[in-house]
Amino acid sequence: MTAIRASEAPVAPEQAAELLHEMLRIRRFEEKAAELYSLAKIRGFLHLYIGEEACAVGAMRCFEPDDRIVATYREHGHALARGLPMGALMAEMFGKQTGCSGGRGGSMHFFDASRRFYGGYAIVAGGLPVALGLALADGMQGNPHVTGCFFGDGAVVEGEFHETMNLAALWKLPLLFIYENNLYAMGTAIERSQAQLDMELRARGYGVPATTADGMDVLAVEEAVRAAADAVRRGEGPQLVELKTYRFRAHSLADPDLYRTKEEVEQWRSTRDPIDLFVAQQGIDDETVARLEAEVAAEIEEAIAFAEAGPLEPVETLEQDVYTP
Amino acid sequence: MTTFREAVRQGMREALEADERVFLMGEDVGRYGGAFAVSMGLLEEFGPERIRDAPLSESAFVGAGIGAALAGMRPIVEVMTINFSMLALDQIVNNAATLRYMSGGQFSVPLVVRMTAGAGRQLACQHAHSLEVWYAHVPGIKAVAPATVADARSMVLAALDDPDPVFIFENAILYPLEGELEGDGLPLGRAAVRREGADVTLAAYGGSVGKTLEAAEELAAEGTSAEVIDLRSLRPLDMDTVLASLAKTHRIVVVDEGWRTCSLAAEIGMQVAERGFDLLDWPPQRVCSAEVPMPYAKHLEDAAIPSAEQIVASVREMAS
Repeated sequence: MTAIRASEAPVAPEQAAELLHEMLRIRRFEEKAAELYSLAKIRGFLHLYIGEEACAVGAMRCFEPDDRIVATYREHGHALARGLPMGALMAEMFGKQTGCSGGRGGSMHFFDASRRFYGGYAIVAGGLPVALGLALADGMQGNPHVTGCFFGDGAVVEGEFHETMNLAALWKLPLLFIYENNLYAMGTAIERSQAQLDMELRARGYGVPATTADGMDVLAVEEAVRAAADAVRRGEGPQLVELKTYRFRAHSLADPDLYRTKEEVEQWRSTRDPIDLFVAQQGIDDETVARLEAEVAAEIEEAIAFAEAGPLEPVETLEQDVYTP
Repeated sequence: MTTFREAVRQGMREALEADERVFLMGEDVGRYGGAFAVSMGLLEEFGPERIRDAPLSESAFVGAGIGAALAGMRPIVEVMTINFSMLALDQIVNNAATLRYMSGGQFSVPLVVRMTAGAGRQLACQHAHSLEVWYAHVPGIKAVAPATVADARSMVLAALDDPDPVFIFENAILYPLEGELEGDGLPLGRAAVRREGADVTLAAYGGSVGKTLEAAEELAAEGTSAEVIDLRSLRPLDMDTVLASLAKTHRIVVVDEGWRTCSLAAEIGMQVAERGFDLLDWPPQRVCSAEVPMPYAKHLEDAAIPSAEQIVASVREMAS
């Protein structure tokens, strides 16, 4: 395993603050979303990313505005890190017309054409073939863009993962596979679903170079993803980065979380929290943390106000956008 | 005269020449020339980038068609048979059909998927079904079935002009059919009256249109004047053309190679009941496939799918 570890040396204070700010935005946004779910402001399924913030924040810094992003149904973090406005995300979960998908998608289906965010896909691995096609189009048109495709450990046992890895390598496409391994596909631990747990080995079988990084270390994530993205940009074909991470909350708010012990979750939370680790690693002072927390709290309040104020789509346009007018 | 097979190829050739965003992708479309020889010669004309052989990964290459369409290309994806397209249904139903709607109108998927459908060549239980109605059921996609040489060409071009996913079902028995390449230029979504008549409306699509015209010929010899409608489009359905015909004839038989239960014929019959009940002199009838997986033996296969004799018999029963 060629695990990448970021250097212990602190980064510039402004950069540290920025990274912490991005992780806090995701953490606090989702905590608020859970609260609003229990108040029935948000309905449907709500899959929280809490614990995995370093993955989206570190990885998304490696993509340019013209690159393309494909995400999963657990995509709040990816959307926020990609720059989708928090208000539009909250409004989407409120089912409002001002949501990033007009209230048609909800928590699992965030889209933003202007930011080349091609959506949250709620069929596990269903986004991978779409990402393949985005990369194919760029390859055929000679565009310098990279498609970043996020997926989890549930996806890597689907046939679409196998098909997409094979084709991306066969056609040498500018596709970056970002494997967020949080150890559980809903309630099924990876040991109970994958015959071969070594993804670098599996990826080699497809001819896709792969690396592994600590998904709880935002700098390690960024370093690994940047190296892979650079390789894709140099025309070396698809690359895969595995980010080893952990989901602190249940699969969704409908999940009683009976398949893992409280001690296991507590162990991760108390020793491997990506935000706590980063604050300690970088020696970020309490004052800075408090300032960032206040900024995030204000942004969330604004987002909720935006969502509350947004209109519902009139029922008269229910059938609009099934087809292109 | 041109064959149906050449006409599909000609449609693709014209599109490939006119628009560099167009490319063809599928199993054995290149070096092999297409499992049904539809794309024979296109690799030599347009090269392997645009006549792109894909491995046996239906879900991935149909999904790649969706992604490429999102990113500005105009892909034509060929799936060898409709039975194989089951392997790509996730991409079709969950992504191609939904992306525009669930993104609040931000993305369109200008994808064309062609595939063969239908029986008649003893290909048995996993190559020869007529599942077009499964696609016709899904909002967000369009489903068409050419029955003439002219439509074989023009539907490819019209589908590529369409901003949304269009599925073209080519009944494989039609490939050797000969006819004129130039057609009436009807848009997608419109039915065509292939034979005018006054006594009974016969509505069919794809591989059943020829049999239906044969039946009409036979009925004419008996003094029954049948109007034959080629539905052309299965989604949307052009019920206005069907009902206009019914207003003349007051009787209708729908011919559909799909299984009888939940068939396209069932949908048409229901719409006739909803919108044309007062026009009817006789309950709507249908001639569909028998409710069996497609058998291999020739006599059984013949018995399993609609025939001119069955269509004639259905009309005779109404007249009695």
